[in-house]
Amino acid sequence: MGGNSPCASCKLLRRRCTKDCIFAPYFPSDDPHKFAIVHKIFGASNVSKMLQELPVHQRADAVGSLVYEATARMRDPVYGCVGAISYLQNQVSQLQMQLAVAQTEILCIQMQQEPPLAEQKMEADDKSFVINNNLTAMPQLLNYASSSNVAQDPLKREFLWT
Amino acid sequence: MSNSTRCAACRYLRRRCCDDCVLAPYFPSANPERFACVHRIFGASNVARMLQQIPVEQRRQAADAIALEAYWRVQDPVYGSVGVISMLQREISVAQRELAETQAQVSIYTAQVQSQSNQITQVQYLVDNAHLIPNQPPIPGLCQPPDIP
Repeated sequence: MGGNSPCASCKLLRRRCTKDCIFAPYFPSDDPHKFAIVHKIFGASNVSKMLQELPVHQRADAVGSLVYEATARMRDPVYGCVGAISYLQNQVSQLQMQLAVAQTEILCIQMQQEPPLAEQKMEADDKSFVINNNLTAMPQLLNYASSSNVAQDPLKREFLWT
Repeated sequence: MSNSTRCAACRYLRRRCCDDCVLAPYFPSANPERFACVHRIFGASNVARMLQQIPVEQRRQAADAIALEAYWRVQDPVYGSVGVISMLQREISVAQRELAETQAQVSIYTAQVQSQSNQITQVQYLVDNAHLIPNQPPIPGLCQPPDIP
Protein backbone atom coordinates (compact mmCIF):
# COMPACT_ATOMS: atom_id res chain seq x y z
CA MET A 1 0.00 0.00 0.00
CA GLY A 2 3.07 2.23 -0.32
CA GLY A 3 3.01 5.24 1.91
CA ASN A 4 -0.65 4.69 2.90
CA SER A 5 -1.55 3.12 6.21
CA PRO A 6 -1.65 -0.68 6.21
CA CYS A 7 -4.97 -2.45 5.98
CA ALA A 8 -6.54 -3.97 9.08
CA SER A 9 -5.19 -7.41 8.17
CA CYS A 10 -1.59 -6.38 7.74
CA LYS A 11 -1.81 -4.27 10.86
CA LEU A 12 -3.02 -7.26 12.88
CA LEU A 13 -0.54 -9.61 11.25
CA ARG A 14 2.20 -7.04 11.65
CA ARG A 15 3.46 -7.21 8.15
CA ARG A 16 4.07 -4.83 5.29
CA CYS A 17 0.90 -4.05 3.37
CA THR A 18 1.81 -4.29 -0.30
CA LYS A 19 0.00 -2.74 -3.25
CA ASP A 20 -1.51 -6.07 -4.25
CA CYS A 21 -2.51 -7.11 -0.72
CA ILE A 22 -5.54 -9.36 -1.21
CA PHE A 23 -7.16 -8.23 2.04
CA ALA A 24 -6.73 -4.48 1.64
CA PRO A 25 -9.88 -3.75 -0.44
CA TYR A 26 -12.12 -5.59 2.03
CA PHE A 27 -10.57 -4.95 5.43
CA PRO A 28 -9.88 -1.22 5.73
CA SER A 29 -7.79 0.02 8.62
CA ASP A 30 -10.73 1.88 10.18
CA ASP A 31 -12.50 -1.41 11.05
CA PRO A 32 -9.97 -3.68 12.72
CA HIS A 33 -12.64 -5.75 14.46
CA LYS A 34 -13.94 -7.12 11.15
CA PHE A 35 -10.68 -8.83 10.25
CA ALA A 36 -9.98 -9.83 13.82
CA ILE A 37 -13.06 -12.06 14.06
CA VAL A 38 -12.57 -13.54 10.59
CA HIS A 39 -8.96 -14.33 11.44
CA LYS A 40 -9.97 -15.86 14.76
CA ILE A 41 -12.49 -18.25 13.21
CA PHE A 42 -11.10 -19.03 9.77
CA GLY A 43 -7.47 -17.95 9.91
CA ALA A 44 -5.85 -15.39 7.63
CA SER A 45 -4.19 -17.94 5.35
CA ASN A 46 -7.49 -19.81 4.81
CA VAL A 47 -9.30 -16.56 4.03
CA SER A 48 -6.54 -15.56 1.64
CA LYS A 49 -6.78 -18.91 -0.19
CA MET A 50 -10.57 -18.66 -0.39
CA LEU A 51 -10.42 -15.14 -1.84
CA GLN A 52 -7.71 -16.08 -4.33
CA GLU A 53 -9.92 -18.87 -5.69
CA LEU A 54 -12.74 -16.43 -6.40
CA PRO A 55 -13.12 -13.94 -9.25
CA VAL A 56 -12.51 -10.37 -8.09
CA HIS A 57 -16.14 -9.29 -8.50
CA GLN A 58 -17.31 -11.95 -6.01
CA ARG A 59 -14.76 -11.33 -3.30
CA ALA A 60 -16.65 -8.54 -1.54
CA ASP A 61 -19.72 -10.76 -1.13
CA ALA A 62 -17.54 -13.62 0.06
CA VAL A 63 -15.93 -11.40 2.69
CA GLY A 64 -19.37 -10.23 3.79
CA SER A 65 -20.59 -13.79 4.29
CA LEU A 66 -17.38 -14.82 6.06
CA VAL A 67 -17.75 -11.91 8.47
CA TYR A 68 -21.38 -12.91 9.07
CA GLU A 69 -20.47 -16.52 9.79
CA ALA A 70 -17.55 -15.58 12.00
CA THR A 71 -19.76 -13.18 13.98
CA ALA A 72 -22.43 -15.84 14.39
CA ARG A 73 -19.85 -18.32 15.65
CA MET A 74 -18.43 -15.81 18.12
CA ARG A 75 -21.94 -15.27 19.51
CA ASP A 76 -22.78 -18.97 19.56
CA PRO A 77 -19.58 -21.04 19.74
CA VAL A 78 -21.52 -24.31 19.56
CA TYR A 79 -23.98 -23.82 16.71
CA GLY A 80 -22.84 -20.65 14.91
CA CYS A 81 -24.94 -20.04 11.78
CA VAL A 82 -26.51 -23.48 12.01
CA GLY A 83 -28.60 -22.26 14.95
CA ALA A 84 -30.23 -19.60 12.80
CA ILE A 85 -30.74 -22.08 9.96
CA SER A 86 -32.43 -24.54 12.28
CA TYR A 87 -34.77 -21.80 13.54
CA LEU A 88 -35.70 -20.75 10.00
CA GLN A 89 -36.36 -24.35 8.99
CA ASN A 90 -38.78 -24.71 11.88
CA GLN A 91 -40.58 -21.60 10.67
CA VAL A 92 -40.85 -23.05 7.17
CA SER A 93 -42.26 -26.32 8.55
CA GLN A 94 -44.84 -24.51 10.66
CA LEU A 95 -45.97 -22.38 7.75
CA GLN A 96 -46.27 -25.46 5.56
CA MET A 97 -48.44 -27.16 8.17
CA GLN A 98 -50.68 -24.10 8.50
CA LEU A 99 -50.97 -23.96 4.71
CA ALA A 100 -51.97 -27.62 4.58
CA VAL A 101 -54.64 -27.03 7.24
CA ALA A 102 -56.03 -24.06 5.32
CA GLN A 103 -56.07 -26.02 2.07
CA THR A 104 -57.91 -28.86 3.83
CA GLU A 105 -60.51 -26.38 5.08
CA ILE A 106 -61.12 -25.16 1.54
CA LEU A 107 -61.48 -28.70 0.28
CA CYS A 108 -63.98 -29.55 3.03
CA ILE A 109 -66.03 -26.44 2.29
CA GLN A 110 -66.03 -27.22 -1.41
CA MET A 111 -67.11 -30.79 -0.78
CA GLN A 112 -69.90 -29.65 1.54
CA GLN A 113 -71.20 -27.25 -1.09
CA GLU A 114 -71.43 -29.89 -3.79
CA PRO A 115 -74.85 -31.62 -3.91
CA PRO A 116 -74.81 -35.46 -3.66
CA LEU A 117 -74.01 -37.06 -7.00
CA ALA A 118 -77.32 -38.98 -7.07
CA GLU A 119 -79.29 -35.71 -7.25
CA GLN A 120 -77.09 -34.25 -9.94
CA LYS A 121 -77.91 -34.48 -13.59
CA MET A 122 -74.39 -34.20 -14.80
CA GLU A 123 -72.93 -34.48 -18.20
CA ALA A 124 -69.93 -36.75 -18.62
CA ASP A 125 -67.67 -33.70 -18.94
CA ASP A 126 -68.89 -32.28 -15.64
CA LYS A 127 -68.21 -35.58 -13.87
CA SER A 128 -64.64 -35.77 -15.08
CA PHE A 129 -64.11 -32.13 -14.08
CA VAL A 130 -65.13 -32.86 -10.48
CA ILE A 131 -63.01 -35.99 -10.27
CA ASN A 132 -59.98 -34.22 -11.68
CA ASN A 133 -60.45 -31.31 -9.27
CA ASN A 134 -60.46 -33.56 -6.22
CA LEU A 135 -57.52 -35.62 -7.42
CA THR A 136 -55.34 -32.56 -8.02
CA ALA A 137 -56.22 -31.10 -4.63
CA MET A 138 -55.14 -34.17 -2.63
CA PRO A 139 -51.49 -34.37 -3.78
CA GLN A 140 -51.06 -30.74 -2.69
CA LEU A 141 -51.96 -31.76 0.83
CA LEU A 142 -49.92 -34.93 0.86
CA ASN A 143 -46.85 -33.27 -0.60
CA TYR A 144 -46.89 -30.06 1.41
CA ALA A 145 -43.55 -30.98 2.92
CA SER A 146 -41.87 -31.39 -0.42
CA SER A 147 -43.60 -29.15 -2.91
CA SER A 148 -41.49 -28.07 -5.83
CA ASN A 149 -41.43 -24.44 -4.74
CA VAL A 150 -40.11 -25.27 -1.28
CA ALA A 151 -36.48 -26.13 -0.68
CA GLN A 152 -35.53 -29.53 0.58
CA ASP A 153 -34.58 -29.46 4.27
CA PRO A 154 -30.86 -28.44 4.18
CA LEU A 155 -30.10 -29.93 7.58
CA LYS A 156 -31.72 -33.31 6.78
CA ARG A 157 -30.12 -33.47 3.35
CA GLU A 158 -26.67 -32.93 4.83
CA PHE A 159 -27.33 -35.17 7.84
CA LEU A 160 -25.22 -37.86 6.22
CA TRP A 161 -22.32 -35.38 6.51
CA THR A 162 -22.39 -35.47 10.31
CA MET B 1 -2.91 -44.97 19.13
CA SER B 2 -1.50 -47.06 16.31
CA ASN B 3 -1.52 -46.00 12.67
CA SER B 4 -4.47 -48.24 11.93
CA THR B 5 -6.68 -46.49 14.48
CA ARG B 6 -5.76 -42.89 13.75
CA CYS B 7 -8.66 -40.47 13.50
CA ALA B 8 -9.38 -38.79 10.17
CA ALA B 9 -7.69 -35.59 11.35
CA CYS B 10 -4.41 -37.19 12.36
CA ARG B 11 -4.44 -39.39 9.27
CA TYR B 12 -4.91 -36.31 7.08
CA LEU B 13 -2.23 -34.38 8.94
CA ARG B 14 0.06 -37.42 8.94
CA ARG B 15 0.74 -37.34 12.62
CA ARG B 16 0.46 -39.69 15.53
CA CYS B 17 -3.03 -39.78 16.99
CA CYS B 18 -2.65 -39.69 20.75
CA ASP B 19 -5.21 -40.99 23.24
CA ASP B 20 -6.43 -37.53 24.18
CA CYS B 21 -6.67 -36.21 20.60
CA VAL B 22 -9.41 -33.57 20.84
CA LEU B 23 -10.53 -34.17 17.25
CA ALA B 24 -10.65 -37.98 17.30
CA PRO B 25 -14.19 -38.41 18.76
CA TYR B 26 -15.71 -36.16 16.10
CA PHE B 27 -13.72 -36.98 12.99
CA PRO B 28 -13.63 -40.75 12.69
CA SER B 29 -11.37 -42.36 10.12
CA ALA B 30 -14.45 -43.74 8.32
CA ASN B 31 -15.32 -40.25 7.02
CA PRO B 32 -12.12 -38.58 5.80
CA GLU B 33 -13.96 -36.13 3.53
CA ARG B 34 -15.63 -34.53 6.53
CA PHE B 35 -12.32 -33.53 8.10
CA ALA B 36 -10.80 -32.56 4.76
CA CYS B 37 -13.63 -30.08 4.26
CA VAL B 38 -13.34 -28.67 7.78
CA HIS B 39 -9.58 -28.34 7.52
CA ARG B 40 -9.87 -26.58 4.17
CA ILE B 41 -12.24 -23.92 5.51
CA PHE B 42 -11.34 -23.52 9.17
CA GLY B 43 -7.96 -25.19 9.60
CA ALA B 44 -7.24 -28.06 11.98
CA SER B 45 -5.67 -25.91 14.68
CA ASN B 46 -8.61 -23.47 14.67
CA VAL B 47 -11.11 -26.31 14.98
CA ALA B 48 -9.15 -27.96 17.78
CA ARG B 49 -8.94 -24.64 19.62
CA MET B 50 -12.67 -23.96 19.16
CA LEU B 51 -13.59 -27.42 20.44
CA GLN B 52 -11.27 -27.11 23.44
CA GLN B 53 -13.04 -23.91 24.46
CA ILE B 54 -16.42 -25.67 24.53
CA PRO B 55 -17.66 -27.97 27.33
CA VAL B 56 -17.15 -31.63 26.44
CA GLU B 57 -20.88 -32.40 26.40
CA GLN B 58 -21.43 -29.82 23.65
CA ARG B 59 -18.45 -30.63 21.47
CA ARG B 60 -20.27 -33.15 19.28
CA GLN B 61 -22.94 -30.60 18.33
CA ALA B 62 -20.25 -28.00 17.74
CA ALA B 63 -18.22 -30.36 15.53
CA ASP B 64 -21.33 -31.24 13.53
CA ALA B 65 -22.21 -27.56 13.07
CA ILE B 66 -18.66 -26.72 12.01
CA ALA B 67 -18.70 -29.62 9.54
CA LEU B 68 -21.99 -28.39 8.07
CA GLU B 69 -20.74 -24.84 7.71
CA ALA B 70 -17.57 -26.09 6.04
CA TYR B 71 -19.63 -28.27 3.69
CA TRP B 72 -21.87 -25.36 2.67
CA ARG B 73 -18.85 -23.11 2.14
CA VAL B 74 -17.24 -25.72 -0.13
CA GLN B 75 -20.51 -26.04 -2.08
CA ASP B 76 -20.91 -22.26 -2.33
CA PRO B 77 -17.53 -20.53 -1.94
CA VAL B 78 -19.09 -17.06 -2.12
CA TYR B 79 -22.02 -17.25 0.31
CA GLY B 80 -21.60 -20.52 2.23
CA SER B 81 -24.22 -21.00 4.93
CA VAL B 82 -25.40 -17.40 4.43
CA GLY B 83 -26.74 -18.60 1.08
CA VAL B 84 -28.78 -21.24 2.90
CA ILE B 85 -30.15 -18.58 5.26
CA SER B 86 -31.14 -16.35 2.31
CA MET B 87 -32.86 -19.26 0.59
CA LEU B 88 -34.85 -20.11 3.73
CA GLN B 89 -35.88 -16.48 4.21
CA ARG B 90 -37.19 -16.42 0.64
CA GLU B 91 -39.11 -19.65 1.28
CA ILE B 92 -40.65 -18.14 4.39
CA SER B 93 -41.82 -15.09 2.41
CA VAL B 94 -43.38 -17.28 -0.27
CA ALA B 95 -45.06 -19.53 2.30
CA GLN B 96 -46.43 -16.56 4.25
CA ARG B 97 -47.91 -15.10 1.09
CA GLU B 98 -49.47 -18.41 0.09
CA LEU B 99 -50.87 -18.86 3.58
CA ALA B 100 -52.41 -15.36 3.61
CA GLU B 101 -54.03 -15.98 0.20
CA THR B 102 -55.35 -19.38 1.23
CA GLN B 103 -56.74 -18.09 4.52
CA ALA B 104 -58.47 -15.25 2.65
CA GLN B 105 -60.07 -17.85 0.38
CA VAL B 106 -61.23 -19.79 3.43
CA SER B 107 -62.85 -16.62 4.78
CA ILE B 108 -64.61 -15.98 1.47
CA TYR B 109 -65.89 -19.53 1.19
CA THR B 110 -67.03 -19.53 4.81
CA ALA B 111 -68.91 -16.24 4.31
CA GLN B 112 -70.60 -17.63 1.18
CA VAL B 113 -71.70 -20.76 2.97
CA GLN B 114 -72.95 -18.74 5.91
CA SER B 115 -74.88 -16.41 3.61
CA GLN B 116 -76.52 -19.34 1.80
CA SER B 117 -77.34 -20.95 5.10
CA ASN B 118 -78.99 -17.75 6.38
CA GLN B 119 -81.12 -17.41 3.22
CA ILE B 120 -82.31 -21.00 3.49
CA THR B 121 -83.18 -20.45 7.14
CA GLN B 122 -85.22 -17.33 6.35
CA VAL B 123 -87.15 -18.97 3.54
CA GLN B 124 -87.87 -22.03 5.65
CA TYR B 125 -89.12 -19.80 8.46
CA LEU B 126 -91.55 -18.04 6.15
CA VAL B 127 -92.83 -21.33 4.75
CA ASP B 128 -93.28 -22.82 8.22
CA ASN B 129 -95.16 -19.78 9.52
CA ALA B 130 -97.21 -18.82 6.47
CA HIS B 131 -100.40 -20.10 8.19
CA LEU B 132 -99.91 -17.58 11.00
CA ILE B 133 -100.09 -14.56 8.74
CA PRO B 134 -103.69 -13.21 8.93
CA ASN B 135 -105.58 -12.34 5.76
CA GLN B 136 -104.76 -8.80 4.78
CA PRO B 137 -107.18 -6.39 3.12
CA PRO B 138 -106.51 -6.00 -0.57
CA ILE B 139 -104.08 -3.25 -1.45
CA PRO B 140 -105.65 -0.88 -3.98
CA GLY B 141 -104.15 -1.21 -7.39
CA LEU B 142 -102.44 -4.48 -6.58
CA CYS B 143 -103.51 -7.74 -8.27
CA GLN B 144 -105.15 -10.20 -6.00
CA PRO B 145 -103.17 -13.41 -5.49
CA PRO B 146 -105.05 -16.55 -6.47
CA ASP B 147 -106.80 -18.41 -3.68
CA ILE B 148 -104.75 -21.24 -2.32
CA PRO B 149 -106.76 -24.46 -2.56
